[in-house]
Amino acid sequence: MAWDFTNDRPIWLQLAEHLTLQIISGQYQSGSALPSVRALAAEVGVNPNTVQRAMSELESEGLIETRRTAGRIVTEDMQLISQMRDKFAKERINEFINAMKALGYTENDIKNLINNWRENHE
Amino acid sequence: MNNILVSARSLTKTYQNITALNNINLEIGSGKIVGLLGPNGSGKTTFIKLLCGLLQPTSGMLMVDGKSIGTHTKSVISYLPDRMFIADWFKACDLMEFFSDFYSDFDKNKAMEMMSALGIAPNDKIKTMSKGTKEKIQLAMIMSRQAKLYLLDEPIAGVDPAARDFILNTILTNYNEDGTVIISTHLISDIERVLDEAIFLQNGNIVRYDTVDNIREQEGKSVDQLFREIFAYGMQ
Repeated sequence: MAWDFTNDRPIWLQLAEHLTLQIISGQYQSGSALPSVRALAAEVGVNPNTVQRAMSELESEGLIETRRTAGRIVTEDMQLISQMRDKFAKERINEFINAMKALGYTENDIKNLINNWRENHE
Repeated sequence: MNNILVSARSLTKTYQNITALNNINLEIGSGKIVGLLGPNGSGKTTFIKLLCGLLQPTSGMLMVDGKSIGTHTKSVISYLPDRMFIADWFKACDLMEFFSDFYSDFDKNKAMEMMSALGIAPNDKIKTMSKGTKEKIQLAMIMSRQAKLYLLDEPIAGVDPAARDFILNTILTNYNEDGTVIISTHLISDIERVLDEAIFLQNGNIVRYDTVDNIREQEGKSVDQLFREIFAYGMQ
């Protein structure tokens, strides 16, 4: 149990992000059932209400749906999942570019570095 | 979910010339896990003992489940004291009989399951158990009741980190969904992630009562960090 959380933000928000990542990366497959709130709370080692809040957040984003018989399942809307993945990818790229700029690299430098990296890794 | 389970109005408790609780006003809802946080001597245990009816308030009013403290409230409260309460010569099975005799809401099967998860056999004597095991077995008994209010006074104080995880997990997986759990402790970083709400006590006063989410959102820091700031020694 016991995932790591940072101190500066609400735990439910971090949990929601973590679950989103698991969905867009395919660890939780589209259409598959999610663990129950209590089971997840026990696994992660957090309050069930925290898990509930994270789940509600994902529900309002449409990433998960509640089925009366099957509990909560990951959405079957592949377009939504891929949109969400693009959004996450853009955020990661922004973070990367900003970090590189903070080190003093220009956008051209960064392009060259990435091209060099690709040559070395092929 | 948001029914008021505990309400205190102008609650005051003094021991001779020491004020342990000073004019406390609060309402705690049901279905919550609440941390009662404060340094030593801030009034945590006094508040819990008042809820149990082990102490009488000097003035003010205290209600649990809509009733004044008495027979009814005692029947819906499951209390873990801050010290050993089991007789040494008991065996694990005696303890279970004892609890099912005293409490009609005691779930024996649940207790058996927890015992076996702890690796305790029914014939094991309490006397031969380590301090940590004794604490765990007491908690298992307390959490096996279907109570409305669980009062846990320093449940993780004397045990190693692995046992702490076990204890927190036991609390998380076993509390009654409509029940509220009040945990008093000063080991905040260990329990912060299981809490809904935090009550900060200082010298018998409530200095803050808020949800953990609000504290993190507004302060941008954990409850543990806020605690260290509020209760910092020797700094102004």
